[in-house]
Amino acid sequence: MREKATTLYIGPQHPGITGNMMVKVKVEGDTIVKARTEVGYLHRAFEKLQESRNWLQSFTLLCRFCVPEPDPVEESYARAVELLEGREVPERAKYIRVLMLELARMGAYMLWFGGQNASLGLYTMGQWSVGDRNYILDLFEELTGGRIYHMYIWPGGVRRDLPEGFADKVLRTMDYLEKRLKDYDDLMFENTIFQKRTQGVGVISKEKAVEWGVVGPVLRGCGIKSDIRIDDPYEVYDKLDFIVPTHEGGDIWSRALVRRQEIRQSIRIIRQVIEKMPSGEYYNRIPNPFKWTLPKGDAYARTESVRGEVGMYIVSDGSTHPRRTHFRGAAYVHGITLLENILVGENVADVSAIMNSLGVCPPEIER
Amino acid sequence: MSFFDLNGTLKPLTALKQFGKTPHTISYPKESKEAADRYRGFHYNDLDECIGCGNCSTICQNAAIDMIHIDGYDGKKGDSGLRPRIDNGRCCWCALCVEVCPTGSLSLTKDYLYVSEDPDSFLWTPGKDNPEGEKQISFFSTEETSLNVFNRVPMPELEGKDRVKSFAEVVLGYNEAEARAEASRCISCGLCTEVCPEHMHIPEYINAIAAGNDADAVRIIYDNNPLPEMCGKVCTRRCEDVCAIATRGEALAIRWLKRYATETAATADITREIVNPEIKEANGKTVGIIGAGPSGLTAAYYLALRGYDVTIYEASAKAGGATMYGIPKYRLPIESLDKQIDYIKSIGVKINFNTKVGKDISFKEIYDKFDAVFMGVGFPDAWSLGIDGEDAKGSMQAFRYLYMINSGDKVDIGDKVIVVGGGNVAIDAARVARRFGAEVTILYRRRVQDMPADWEEIEGAEAEGVHIIPQGIPIKVHKDEKGRVKAIEYLKAKMVPDPKGGRPKPVAIEGSNTIIEATSVMAAIGQMGDYSFLEKEFEDKIKIERGRFIVNEKQQTGDPKVFAGGDAVNRTADAISAIADGFRACKAIDEMLSK
Repeated sequence: MREKATTLYIGPQHPGITGNMMVKVKVEGDTIVKARTEVGYLHRAFEKLQESRNWLQSFTLLCRFCVPEPDPVEESYARAVELLEGREVPERAKYIRVLMLELARMGAYMLWFGGQNASLGLYTMGQWSVGDRNYILDLFEELTGGRIYHMYIWPGGVRRDLPEGFADKVLRTMDYLEKRLKDYDDLMFENTIFQKRTQGVGVISKEKAVEWGVVGPVLRGCGIKSDIRIDDPYEVYDKLDFIVPTHEGGDIWSRALVRRQEIRQSIRIIRQVIEKMPSGEYYNRIPNPFKWTLPKGDAYARTESVRGEVGMYIVSDGSTHPRRTHFRGAAYVHGITLLENILVGENVADVSAIMNSLGVCPPEIER
Repeated sequence: MSFFDLNGTLKPLTALKQFGKTPHTISYPKESKEAADRYRGFHYNDLDECIGCGNCSTICQNAAIDMIHIDGYDGKKGDSGLRPRIDNGRCCWCALCVEVCPTGSLSLTKDYLYVSEDPDSFLWTPGKDNPEGEKQISFFSTEETSLNVFNRVPMPELEGKDRVKSFAEVVLGYNEAEARAEASRCISCGLCTEVCPEHMHIPEYINAIAAGNDADAVRIIYDNNPLPEMCGKVCTRRCEDVCAIATRGEALAIRWLKRYATETAATADITREIVNPEIKEANGKTVGIIGAGPSGLTAAYYLALRGYDVTIYEASAKAGGATMYGIPKYRLPIESLDKQIDYIKSIGVKINFNTKVGKDISFKEIYDKFDAVFMGVGFPDAWSLGIDGEDAKGSMQAFRYLYMINSGDKVDIGDKVIVVGGGNVAIDAARVARRFGAEVTILYRRRVQDMPADWEEIEGAEAEGVHIIPQGIPIKVHKDEKGRVKAIEYLKAKMVPDPKGGRPKPVAIEGSNTIIEATSVMAAIGQMGDYSFLEKEFEDKIKIERGRFIVNEKQQTGDPKVFAGGDAVNRTADAISAIADGFRACKAIDEMLSK
């Protein structure tokens, strides 16, 4: 006898959801037969707001597109503006930007460790990794003046130069975090519970991943090597030596492994950045922000974030304000198209684990 | 995979080793976390350094900053008297306000913790409400990090040695690119508008220039100044003294930008076409104006626009008053002034030249003929030095000298000229004399930095080879046997501070007599009015005190029908104040006659 279908509402305030969104699932027994993403709880009209702000004022909104990892959005906006204006960025600033981006990547992954494990009822890991993430936030605080909202990478370079002794502090933090990775492995990847709950769950096939437009670690977890840092290098990524880890499987486990390995690559990149960073200018000053106009035209710049490709498209009518900005975030694809499809046939207990594994950031869906 | 995985079960238990570790966390409130050296916490504002320009409030897109008046705190001269207040409930600590603060007074601190149930208490006036913040400043702007552009676009000028060869204009003017670049430094705070006697719409026309709309700029400028090109060349520009950018950098070249905009209208016809003034239909009322100086021309222009029949009586052969006869042509070429006056005439203003009131026509006649009278008679006479030998041949008034040169007359000054004084007239006379090949020395009672002359004029004079002797008080002009100037004798002075806080006073040092050779001596220590044209009946009604007409805030004299403006009224005695007087008088006359 076919069981009677029930509709469940997960979110928008469910602790397993990574922000203010809801997944409406229709279940028969424990099995999901249909899933619909409901967003709209967090709409702040950022793209529209930018039109009434000048090119510099727009910059303060950017970090709020995705709170756990704000820097790629700042970077892509800055680079789009620089592309359109033809503004040169000093070499040192490019290295500092990469340093920021990789620190942010590590910080976001460590926060994600917490979310992914918590969605499986494993809370210790989150306390460790979020605690360790604080050391990265300390670095941010020292460099930018803010722990979460950095507002640091802006058109023309970065806002301030590295403080004295900062490079050594970064290296010490890297050494510490590298040592901690072994502890993470013991607690998470070697843990039977984690293995059993993630292997073969939330599977995305290679073909579907390409068809749906999946990007970032989720795509690399399907065994497809794709990373903007390699495919379309920006800043100084072409001068740095690192690999892009991939894993066949397409399940939560593979995606987790990819992220875990990327942390090691980030540490590698940061060490190279510190070693190779030239001295000199850190900022090619913009003109008076109240009178700063960009030439007529448009530009798009894309950056590899922890969620995959994010990109900022800007249109200028030659005035002091953007005519239009559009932000492309991976979460839009992952949180709606992908999530709705792969939840079908899964167990209802795995909804938040699957959602976490996609790295969905709801504020990024609703700009 | 087997159901029971030994390794996978034991490995997580290694977490137990963490028990022996010291925690990362601090136990608040026993301990508190010290923020980083660059932390962006609550605001602090150095109230005395702040000028209340409101730039912080303009950049803030959270509407977290408003500019308020603090009870019992009025700020300093030239600032807005307002100070920023932060709504900490709205602030996102982006610190753009810090980056655009021209003075550098606004900064963020390490202080980040505040708890209260009262939402109103989140409104802070930084600096006043948190004086302790001064010791915690963490995020601040320096000249290097500031987003203000502190360096002025240099003005192209003739070389000093080329200048003295002719009366060619020294300042060459900005080209389009230079003007756009200079205009784009403006932050539109409007402190300049406040201090400008005429309250010209400075941020607005600078904005238009920055945006490439020169014609708009010209229209905005003509809104309340009919002699803008003259002001663009020779204004005393108090606006630049209060420019917010000047607190840490070089003031906007407001004067040069106005000059640039007005010069784009090359002729009177083009000016008319661009300004396209709306001239009201004739209303049948008449206004008589005495003196075609800046105040008279201004009143005339705006009255004519309002439909009045305006007639000016001018004693000299050309209009412009002191700007025509007192300012050397290398600063204000005659063509430039003519262009502006032709434009004013094209609106319908009639000017009777070579008509001296009191001689060619009586004041009473004008008074009876017109519905209202405006007097912009200026200061036609100069103070004499009051020292021995001043009657020598070759001893003259600098003001008179400039008048004669500008009228095209020849003046014999010899080859060694001494100019006494430190104002613009002294510098002008000195630089003109240099152009006739004389060796020129300026003798001034105080120090160079005390000179009331425009600093650019002083620099210009020095570049042209004018020698300045500061702290010298003339006591005698020596004559030769023919009664000509032979030398000037002066005493050196020491500067004694004023106990009341004013300018230090020069006090002669006994026995320090010095004599320098000279072929002529020019006195430039100030001018005064000549009111002999007023008949007795008017002199009683139109009150004169300390050499100036007494007027109310509408420029109205003791006789309600008679208005006055310009040097004969205001103490600042510059062209822009005269224009302001003329503009105010125009409004008052219009108000009176349209009743």
